[in-house]
Amino acid sequence: MSETLARPDAPVIPGGPQEGMLVEVAGGGELDTASMNLNVGPAHPATHGVLRLVVDLDGEKIVKAQPVIGYMHRGFEKLAEDRDYRQIIALVNRHDWLSAFCNEIGVAIAVERMLEMEVPDRAQWIRTLMCEWNRILNHLLLLGSYALELGALTPMFYSVREREDIQNILESATGGRLHFTYCRVGGLKEDLPRGFLQASADMATRMKTCIAQYEDLLLGNEIFMLRTKNVGVLPQDVALDYGVTGCALHATGITEDVRISEPYAAYDKVDVRVPVGTNGDSFDRFYCLIERMKASVDIIEQVHDNIPAGPVNVKLPKIVKAPEGSIYVRTENPLGQGGYYLVSDGQKTPWRMKMRTPSFSNVQAIPYLLKDQLMADMIAILGSVFFVVGDVDR
Amino acid sequence: MAESIFALDSFWLSLILKLVAVVAFFLVAPLIAGYQEHKVMAFMQNRLGPMEAGPFGALQLVADGIKFIQKEDIIPAAADKRVFSAAPGVVLIPTLIMIAVLPLSPGGFAEDLDVGIFFALAVSSVGVVGVMMAAWASASKYSLIGGIREAAQLIAYEIPLFIAAAAVVMQAGTMSLVGIVNAQADFTAFGIPVPYAVPQAIGLVIFGIAALAELNRPPFDMPIADSEVIAGHMTEYSGLRFAFFLLTEFGGMVVYSALMVVLFLGGWNIWPGVPLPDNAILANLIGFGVSMVKILGLVFVMTWLRSTYPRLREDQLQRFAWTVMIPLAILQLIVTAIGKVIA
Repeated sequence: MSETLARPDAPVIPGGPQEGMLVEVAGGGELDTASMNLNVGPAHPATHGVLRLVVDLDGEKIVKAQPVIGYMHRGFEKLAEDRDYRQIIALVNRHDWLSAFCNEIGVAIAVERMLEMEVPDRAQWIRTLMCEWNRILNHLLLLGSYALELGALTPMFYSVREREDIQNILESATGGRLHFTYCRVGGLKEDLPRGFLQASADMATRMKTCIAQYEDLLLGNEIFMLRTKNVGVLPQDVALDYGVTGCALHATGITEDVRISEPYAAYDKVDVRVPVGTNGDSFDRFYCLIERMKASVDIIEQVHDNIPAGPVNVKLPKIVKAPEGSIYVRTENPLGQGGYYLVSDGQKTPWRMKMRTPSFSNVQAIPYLLKDQLMADMIAILGSVFFVVGDVDR
Repeated sequence: MAESIFALDSFWLSLILKLVAVVAFFLVAPLIAGYQEHKVMAFMQNRLGPMEAGPFGALQLVADGIKFIQKEDIIPAAADKRVFSAAPGVVLIPTLIMIAVLPLSPGGFAEDLDVGIFFALAVSSVGVVGVMMAAWASASKYSLIGGIREAAQLIAYEIPLFIAAAAVVMQAGTMSLVGIVNAQADFTAFGIPVPYAVPQAIGLVIFGIAALAELNRPPFDMPIADSEVIAGHMTEYSGLRFAFFLLTEFGGMVVYSALMVVLFLGGWNIWPGVPLPDNAILANLIGFGVSMVKILGLVFVMTWLRSTYPRLREDQLQRFAWTVMIPLAILQLIVTAIGKVIA
């Protein structure tokens, strides 16, 4: 093999093959080959946004991979220090644009707990319902885009078809399609519109056949199994060390789920099923994703059967002031565990807000997962860790 | 030997006629393949597909072509300019030459070579040179990875492709494509008139899979995987040069399907033992129609596979070619040889 990849007469271009870029010589099999430095992203289609991976390749094998984050940093936590408690909700549902409702509920609960406020029962049940629909919305897009990364076009179109219908239903209640901003401190913006529960029940029934269709298309597909089984195995202890949560944690066989261990909204009154994998590989992560959608449909049906009547709101004072002190609230977001740490000095804005986002922790495990894998498997692993770059960078 | 309908007394007039026919087919066939891909995939994926340009969106690809022509001609600064611009042509030409030996009706071919199938497959392997030219000259790492993947894939899959075709040649006793179709006109297996697809069933499947791999069609599109290496050797190409690569892919779909029809499905014959009418004009018209129906059927299957399967990985693909496809192709060859000796 030649020492350098660039032709001798080629002008040196930034990012192109050039001298001095060959960081180490790895012994790959019989031949001594030079490793190549490759920038994947920040605009690569497989990185779900502006994540950048600096990868050292030996042939098609990854010697080292390092994620570079921060391209999307918008300073949400700092902005929150300048906002009324009620205004924060409109902020926090934006960093992870695929799980808006599940994010906004966290801040609302934190403020309610600080104020020791009783939220009406109906509001708690509706919050549960909305959270689960949002979870399905999120998983549908991840499912479609993961299939797309493996080269299967069709599942994406199928999942977007269902997303569209679910969004129509949620739009009738919230007025939003992506950033719902439906949650309020002390309850919800308003009650559900007439016919919502019927439409939601119909959709839940339809989702069952649709999920079976995705399973047919992907989980039963031989090529899909070849590409994902025993690819990107994440052992239990490593997952715990990195703080990986959500599907990626459940795939290793751990059942930790905030909805069970520390229930919020009406999760203590419904039966929550947490599907787990055995191997912790890409296939198990994807399996957990699909099974979690089924579990969400179950919860939605339980909500339909048990939802009580009554008000959905508490009358709030004109200025909401949380008492001095701090609180940490955990929620089970679609991508994993979300945490909201609020510190109040008794003013109408928080003194400090700190978020723990699931994607940020999941991305930490990527260098471990990608080491010594193939270039083509990089995509299969990256997509299966399930992260949203906005949620990483905040 | 059969006479081409383009063969005239005047050599030059005949040559021009043949060139026009080949180029016309080359320009129209990709449009048909591309249009059916747009529409069929739209139906399979619950979306509309093209519908504004022309009746049922039939002019969409023409509009796309005009758009490609208008685009800026970009060559990367570090690229080897001459090789970079020559590569799309080198990729394109094999498809054009292969059409020259394709028989689509009793007289509907430009040239009936004695070594027809050998010539077609030999010419088809020139494409890999163009791909490597494009990959290396682009001075992009993604192109390089894609190009080397593609070279490995094309070399691996040419072997089963050739062996499967060799089994048909052995069965027919001729390498001429017209000869192979004629041999199927009254072929019988155990007294039942069937095309070669029945005794050569393994060969048909292997030839089909290998043709998909040669064309970089999903599930064998790993060299141009848009989520891994962006677009492989096509990454740095834009405008008309990029359109040439697309044209090659769609043209290739039709050409390889036509080869499959000729080798395994009885070519222009409706069914072995069912003769075409004696009238030469009528026979050519019906024969052409039958060929096109069979070809479009296979093109449809290619689209169907594309919208169903994810893509394989490099090493899985190589393992599949060397451990499954080649042994099966050799098995088909041996079975054919034994069959010929016994019969």
